[in-house]
Amino acid sequence: METDRQVKLRIDNLLLSFGGVKALFEVSMDIRDNEILAIIGPNGAGKTALLNCINGFYKPQEGEIYYDGQKITRMRPDKLAKLGIARTFQNIELYAGLSTQDNIMAARHVLMKQNFITGALYLGWSLQEEIKHRRTVEEIIDFLEIAPMRKKVVGVLPYGMQKRVELGRALALEPKVLLLDEPMAGMNLEEKEDIARFIIDIFEGQGATYPDTPVLRDGIRCIILVEHDMGVVMDIADRIVVLDFGRKIAEGTPAEIKANPEVISAYLGKEK
Amino acid sequence: MGLRTGTFHENYAQDMAIFHSGLQWGIAVAFIIFLFACPLFFSDRILTILTTMGIAVISVHGLNILTGYCGQISIGHAGFMAVGGYTSAILCAKLGWPFWVALPCGALAAGIAGLFFGLPSLKIKGFYLIMATIAAQFIIIWTIIQLRSITGGADGLSVPKPAIGSIILSSKTNYFYLVMVFTCLATLLAKNIVRTRAGRAFIAIRDNDLAAEVMGVSLWSYKLQAFFIGCVYAGVAGSLLIHYFSFASTDQFPFMDSVWYLGMLIVGGMGSTTGAIFGAVALKLLDELVTMVGPILSAAVAPQAAASLALISHGLIIIIFLIFEPRGLHHRWEIIKAYFRLWPFSHQEIE
Repeated sequence: METDRQVKLRIDNLLLSFGGVKALFEVSMDIRDNEILAIIGPNGAGKTALLNCINGFYKPQEGEIYYDGQKITRMRPDKLAKLGIARTFQNIELYAGLSTQDNIMAARHVLMKQNFITGALYLGWSLQEEIKHRRTVEEIIDFLEIAPMRKKVVGVLPYGMQKRVELGRALALEPKVLLLDEPMAGMNLEEKEDIARFIIDIFEGQGATYPDTPVLRDGIRCIILVEHDMGVVMDIADRIVVLDFGRKIAEGTPAEIKANPEVISAYLGKEK
Repeated sequence: MGLRTGTFHENYAQDMAIFHSGLQWGIAVAFIIFLFACPLFFSDRILTILTTMGIAVISVHGLNILTGYCGQISIGHAGFMAVGGYTSAILCAKLGWPFWVALPCGALAAGIAGLFFGLPSLKIKGFYLIMATIAAQFIIIWTIIQLRSITGGADGLSVPKPAIGSIILSSKTNYFYLVMVFTCLATLLAKNIVRTRAGRAFIAIRDNDLAAEVMGVSLWSYKLQAFFIGCVYAGVAGSLLIHYFSFASTDQFPFMDSVWYLGMLIVGGMGSTTGAIFGAVALKLLDELVTMVGPILSAAVAPQAAASLALISHGLIIIIFLIFEPRGLHHRWEIIKAYFRLWPFSHQEIE
C-alpha cells in the first residue's frame, strides 16, 4: 500500500507569522500520490494560510515546501501553476467579465504557446492551437455539466455554478496537484453531493469517456481538500490533517481522527 | 448572445469566428468599400475629419488594450503618441529616412517608452498608476521641449511630405487612404489580440490579478506587454498625425487629449474593439458639432461661451455616459443587434 503512495508534496516545519500572530507554526506533513488529503480545523486555524503558502501567495518565514523533491517555497504563483499546482478559492475569484468558456480557456494559458504577435495575426497554427484547446475546454464543460452556461458571463451566474466554473478553471490547467479551498461552502445538500461526486470523479479519472483530455482521462491523483463539512470529509478523504491555532494537532485516517480526543476538544471544547 | 435564426456552427473555428454569417460578412465588406469610396463624394473638409477620426481610432485601440482590457489606466496616452510622432518626424526631417521606415521606428520607440513608463505598474495600481502615467505625459513633453537641437523645442519641427516609393502623399485623398488602411489593420489586429491567449491574460489581470497569477499568468510580463502594445498603437497614431500636418509640435499632444482618449473609451465602452471605434468617432463628431455651434453661440450669447463649449460638452457627455450607460455605446449597439436578430419576432434575453 505505502509503495504506490510516493510523497508528492512535503511540507517541512513551516512557520508563517503576521506581526506577532503565528498563522502557522511548526507545521509538517506529507501529501502523497494517490490520495485525497483533507485539512480541517476550526475557523482561523490556518488552513487557507497553508494553501496560500503552497501556491506561493504567502512566503513563510521558516520551513520549506518540496514538490516532487524540488524546493518550491517562496516561488511565484505563476511558476507554480506551470509546475502543475492549481487551486480554487474559498471566495470565488473568477474573471467576472469573461464567459464561462473563456474563463476556462484563460486557464489554458500555461499550456498554449502563442504570443500576442502570432495571436494578432491569427493564422495557421495560432488558429489551430485555439481550436485544439477549445476542444479540451468543451470536454471540461461537458464533464462539469455547465454546458448551458457556456457563453454566459460568469458574473451573472448563481453562486453554486460559479464554484463549478472555478473548479473547471483549475482543471483546465491540467495540474498534478489540486488544492480545493472549501469547494462546498454555502451550498445546499444537493449541490454538495454534486461537488463531492466531481471531486471523486476527478480523482479517479474518467478513462475512455474523455480520451483526448489527459486531466479527465487519468485524473488528478493528488488532491488537497479544505472543508468544513465533516460528513463530506469523512466520506471522501483518505487521510485527514487537523490544524488548530496554526499547529497540526492530529493526522490520520478518518476513523482515527474521529476518535482523537484532541480533535474533539478543538472542535467542541474540553469537558469540565 | 444568441445566433441569427438559420445560422449554425458545425465546428469550433466557426464558433470562434468574428463574423458568423454571410450577411455579417456582406455588411463588413460593404462598409469597407464605402469607406474607401468616401473621397469620391466627400469634400476635403470631411476627409480631414475622417482622417483625424481614423488616427484617433488607432490611438484609442491602443488605450483600449492597455486600459479597457488589461485594466492599467493610463492618462499619458498623448505623451506616448508624441514619442512615436517625434521619433518618426526626426528620422524623416533630420536623417532623411523614408516615411515607411520611420513610422515603424516611431511605433517601436513609443512601445519602448511605454515599457519604461509601464514599470511602475508592476508595483502600483489604480489611482497611483494614474498619477504615474500623468507624470509620463509631462516628462515626455518636457523632454521634447528641452531637446531643442533635435526636436526643435517649442518652435516645432517641419517634416517633409511623406512618400511611399514614388507616390508622394500630398493630397488629402492620398493620406485618407493611408490612414484608413492603418485603421482597418489596427482594428483587425486589436480584435485578434484580445480574443486569443494574450487578450485573455490581459482580461484575467484586469478582472482578478491574484487569480490570474495563480492560473499561470506572469503579471509583470503581461502588464508590460499591454503597455508595449498600447503604446505601439499610440506611436503609429502619433506618427500618422505629425506626417498629416507635416509639422511636429508639442501642442499636438496636449495633456487634455490624454484625458479625452480615456473619455472616448468610456463613451464607446471599455474592453470592446467596436467600443473603441464608437467612442473615438462619437467624441470627434462632438468636436465638429462644437466647431459648428460655437460661432453661433458666441454671436448669440457671449464670446467666452464658445471657447469653453468644447470642454464643457466633452465633460458633460462623459458624465452622462458614466451615469446612464457605463458600458458605453458598444453595449447599446449589442442591444440593437440583439433586437434585430430575431426581428420582428423578438423574444431575446439581453445580457
